[in-house]
Amino acid sequence: MNEIYSQMQWLPRVPPEFSTRLKALGDLRGPLGPELQGLAMCALDLNQLTKLAKAISKARLDSRPLAPLTSFRLAVLSNSTIDLIVPALVASAARHGVALEVIQPHYDQVAQEAMTPDSTVNRAQPDAVLFALDYRAFPLKLSLGDADASSATVQGVLGYLQALRSGIKANSNAVCIFQTFAPPAETLFGSLDRALPGTLRSLIDGINRELAAFVRTSGDVLLDVAGLAETVGLADWHNPELWNMAKFSFSDELIPLYADHVCRTVAAIRGKSGKVLVLDLDNTVWGGVIGDDGLDGIKVAQGDARGEAHLAVQRLALELRQRGIVLAVASKNSDEVARAPFEKHPEMLLKLDHIAVFQANWNDKATNIQAIAEELSLGLDAMVFLDDNPAERGLVRKLLPQVSVPELPEDPAYYARTLAAGGYFEAVAFASEDLQRAGFYQDNARRVSLQKQVGGVDAYLASLNMTIIFQPFDATGRARIVQLINKSNQYNLTTRRYTDPEVAAAENAPEVFTLQVRLADIFGDNGMISVVICRPVEDGAWDIDTWLMSCRVLGRKVENMVLREILAHARAAGVRKLTGVYLPSDRNKLVVDHYAKLGFTKVHADDSGLTRWELLVEGADPESAPMEVVSQGFSAMENLPA
Amino acid sequence: MDETQIYARLTEIFEDVFDEDALRITPELSAKDVDGWDSLTHIRLILTIEKAFKIKFSTSEIGNLENVGDLVQLIKARA
Repeated sequence: MNEIYSQMQWLPRVPPEFSTRLKALGDLRGPLGPELQGLAMCALDLNQLTKLAKAISKARLDSRPLAPLTSFRLAVLSNSTIDLIVPALVASAARHGVALEVIQPHYDQVAQEAMTPDSTVNRAQPDAVLFALDYRAFPLKLSLGDADASSATVQGVLGYLQALRSGIKANSNAVCIFQTFAPPAETLFGSLDRALPGTLRSLIDGINRELAAFVRTSGDVLLDVAGLAETVGLADWHNPELWNMAKFSFSDELIPLYADHVCRTVAAIRGKSGKVLVLDLDNTVWGGVIGDDGLDGIKVAQGDARGEAHLAVQRLALELRQRGIVLAVASKNSDEVARAPFEKHPEMLLKLDHIAVFQANWNDKATNIQAIAEELSLGLDAMVFLDDNPAERGLVRKLLPQVSVPELPEDPAYYARTLAAGGYFEAVAFASEDLQRAGFYQDNARRVSLQKQVGGVDAYLASLNMTIIFQPFDATGRARIVQLINKSNQYNLTTRRYTDPEVAAAENAPEVFTLQVRLADIFGDNGMISVVICRPVEDGAWDIDTWLMSCRVLGRKVENMVLREILAHARAAGVRKLTGVYLPSDRNKLVVDHYAKLGFTKVHADDSGLTRWELLVEGADPESAPMEVVSQGFSAMENLPA
Repeated sequence: MDETQIYARLTEIFEDVFDEDALRITPELSAKDVDGWDSLTHIRLILTIEKAFKIKFSTSEIGNLENVGDLVQLIKARA
């Protein structure tokens, strides 16, 4: 088996004190989350995952707080034996910052569970349902050479999967996660199996293709098990002995890898994926040490094996940037020396323009990564740090455990593959904003510089020529709205996470007031940057259920303009009062004074730090900011005052 | 590999699989004596043993195991 994947070589090896630390969990004071996540962060085997899951279950039974792990309830429906997989899922979820609860109905009750309103799964109201099905779940009748019959078989399977989905949607409205199907290793004709309609291989190809197309339009989530099985090899994936003996649909040795892939997907649904790739330079981005070897000495050219290995890292970084991952540099060099290859070396793919924050100095890497996070207004858990030097990796892991730090193998030829295999940037959807996001952050860094130049904040804001656009939720904006609701941590008053169906429900409920906010300025379009949901409560009031904002537009007085917009609609709807709550999380201290600054009155505070606020609509007139306001798409019935 | 070595290694493996420090591994020990030794944990145990001793058991060999003594004989013949 390929060890990068089967041994999950991007993860550190299990420390000898694993068992001791596991046993010491009971004596730990305070929330267990950080220690559980730390234990899960290494390449645990199935037995170790099982032990960790047992410790997590015990902590839950004892009502120990698991913060900062985010809770998630996942139902798993399968036609195979998943009893050994469930503990692996629970433990692997901690690695991804999730406290996972698995709902596991009886063996092979997939259709019954999905379609019966009061089944175990539907009664449990899970956040998501994983259809962990294997091709043996279907009677795939061979129809050799018969294209029509083959297509009927494929459509039959798709119809069945869609019926399962409808059952779940009608009864619990959970997010559906569908798996593609790993074809068996055995062929009938040989290579012809791929070309001829009606062979098992081409039937499964057809099902996977149609399923992927369906999921793209239905808003469900795809887990590409076929891709994973191909990556490790079908002959290693399928284990006929284990299928015969216990109905395991794939090899026990790959359970940790599979579980990690399920949990990355769950984490991505919760918006917990990496957003920034922080690159070391010497022996990571290029071969050699620029300070010693000089421009002519570093290896970064085509035609040189070592140079090509480092170019592959650059190429992957560039492609990640294209899909919205922000690039930054943390290097121990003098700034001028570190920039030289970007500016002068003709073979470099990465240019200074691609790097949002460039930290080259003699501070330690942890300090520099922290500076990068601050400059970008992103949390440390959004950072992925790539460095060939084990000492630097160890230091960052120790000082900043929230940062993801992949292990790297000896040979740079495998750097790019190892980074990709780690799945740090897993995403479940792709919004058009993603294409431009890396650029937004970069512009932001430029704006910070401009701010320093112009001095006064108000003059700076006016110089940005901002246009703010308000709209109610709609289908076009939904993917980005869901993404913001699940990703925003810092400027988020309540950190309430909602799935696509829940957002659609708010969109369609006439009594719920929703707002999606876009901002454009002199540097370009920032895309959607703020989301608000208000729900009517007694006493003629609107309660602000959700108010979040992208940190990209901090300090632009966007929140003032949003409140003015809410007030305008509240007046039109005859609402007397706005109420809001600040729910403290470990990440949203930024907005502890949000309501106070906007002129709300505090009406309640408790020990957890939770505060409640209210604002009378009549007479409220929050400070305006210099930007053009466009309000569109709201119901014509609503009579807005000019 | 002699029996003492095999028993020593098995003690570690049982601890790992059953998450239980105090198990005494004797030839007579069987599934009914150990909490949590169900059919699925049995498979996890066998898979761990195969990996640790770098051997493979056949389906029928796994089915015919009565107790730890049988297991040790099987390992002894292979490892």
